[in-house]
Amino acid sequence: MSNKIATREAYGKAIAELVVEKDNVVVLDADLSKSTKTYDAKAARSDRHFNLGIQEANMMGVAAGMAANGLCVYASSFAMFAAGRAFEQVRNSICYPKLNVKICATHSGISLGEDGASHQSVEDIALMRSIPNMKVFQPCDAIETMQIVKAVSEIEGPCYVRLGRVGVEQVYDSSYKFVYGKGNVIRKGEKIAIIATGLEVQESLKACDMLKDKLNPTVVNMATIKPIDKDLIIELAKTHSVIVTVEEHNVLGGLGSAVAEVLTQNYPIKQVFIGINDTFGESGTPASLLEKYGVDAKAIAKKLEELI
Amino acid sequence: MEIKQLQKHATNVRRNILKMTNSANSGHPGGSMSAADIVTVLYYKYMNINKDNEASNDRNKFVLSKGHASPVLFSILIELGLIPEEELYTFRKINSRLQGHPNMNYVAAVDMSTGSLGQGISTAVGMALSNKIKQNDYRVYSLLGDGELQEGQVWEAFMSASHYKLDNLCVIVDNNDLQIDGDVRVVMNPHPIDEKLSAFGFEVIKIDGHNYDEIINAFEKAKTIKGKPTAIVAKTIKGKGVSFMENQASWHGVAPNKEQLEAALKELDNE
Repeated sequence: MSNKIATREAYGKAIAELVVEKDNVVVLDADLSKSTKTYDAKAARSDRHFNLGIQEANMMGVAAGMAANGLCVYASSFAMFAAGRAFEQVRNSICYPKLNVKICATHSGISLGEDGASHQSVEDIALMRSIPNMKVFQPCDAIETMQIVKAVSEIEGPCYVRLGRVGVEQVYDSSYKFVYGKGNVIRKGEKIAIIATGLEVQESLKACDMLKDKLNPTVVNMATIKPIDKDLIIELAKTHSVIVTVEEHNVLGGLGSAVAEVLTQNYPIKQVFIGINDTFGESGTPASLLEKYGVDAKAIAKKLEELI
Repeated sequence: MEIKQLQKHATNVRRNILKMTNSANSGHPGGSMSAADIVTVLYYKYMNINKDNEASNDRNKFVLSKGHASPVLFSILIELGLIPEEELYTFRKINSRLQGHPNMNYVAAVDMSTGSLGQGISTAVGMALSNKIKQNDYRVYSLLGDGELQEGQVWEAFMSASHYKLDNLCVIVDNNDLQIDGDVRVVMNPHPIDEKLSAFGFEVIKIDGHNYDEIINAFEKAKTIKGKPTAIVAKTIKGKGVSFMENQASWHGVAPNKEQLEAALKELDNE
């Protein structure tokens, strides 16, 4: 796991291919195209990329109007602005009329780093998954990102894809096949089942490596957060004694909550929530932030040890 | 179509606005009546919408950005035969296609779901831009309230409309000078609307929104403007057509009761 690539970089690659492959795909950005990497789509096909300037609210409306006229629209900004600032536009102009807009939001979570709490979205999964008609995804590496970005073009209606700024190791090789709505069991173990999303998949795998002499947990990558893989969660509950959810998001309303909603109604077992504990982040390197806020491999390993 | 005939249609539209808000015992008659003449001319002369093309994207589109004026939209679609007339009594009631604010998924001839102010105009910009991408000649019309201009998103949308030189976009401002809390100049003054729109790169046409010659001339002129969007700033009267409703902010979101409905319909009959 050495070759680090940010999921936003993989997004740029995928979207650059998509605008060439599909005539009805259009890409919108709000003055962050060099950061979100939609600039790659502009380089590939300039007549399919529109930079709306610093107008996230208007961008979501423009995306809705284009989709209402039959286009498949990718709209990008930082997660803070795409899901936060433009929440009501996403809700009323895109999701309520079920329009074919794919919001690919980068720089999510605290791993955004040095820009600090004002830009670190730890609420976007909660916001987006609570809107009817919206589907929510978070890929863990470049290969999965490429596949999800292309897969959502085939899923009718609004989709939210949560992407990161910082380079992450590859979990998968080219043989991997993303399946919409299905969690992916990366390693099969016993007693503890870890369900992680985004870069926390890598952190969870590293935590398991640290504890390999003491523990052998199952690790699942939950890249489709909504609709969540209910069958797999129930199966994990039946075959393990504790579920641990790991996400780079507030523990309120994110992946952990989505998993708990399934467990409590179907097969209640103990669940441990690892995530941002209802607090804002701060400036720092991504690694120092993941450490301080208790969502790096070491912190996960510590929580797992407490379960022994 | 002769102006007299258009006026007859507009009177029917007003009748239906009153009937449906009365039946619902809620809704927004005032701002629907102020826009009735503009919307009637637009649909009968410029929209070219019918049963065969209503579900298609290959036609002109209309976005009612002031979505609370849904009665004027549903009424013109009833007048055109695109919604069955008896359905007007389902307005705002459970299981109805005629929601308090328009829903495009329920009625094929409704081009956008609107209601949250300031958002419709952005979608109209998106439609006009997509027509440019598809290199077709279809036009997009969008009606905004003057109070709606207080929303910041409207000015983002205006900025982007002229940035992309959307000469296929025609914005109409229903300038009845009243919003739910009263006089727009007192609540939060959007004036001078024409100068602001000019500064944002629009071709601005000021008209009396109840004068049919002026409405038609403005729509005709808008079609000839190249390289920039057009804004028709239409001075209108809230509640227009029913004397006791005219220029009263209190008729923004209040439905006529049975007696008021009868008096209003009688007045429209005598027109």
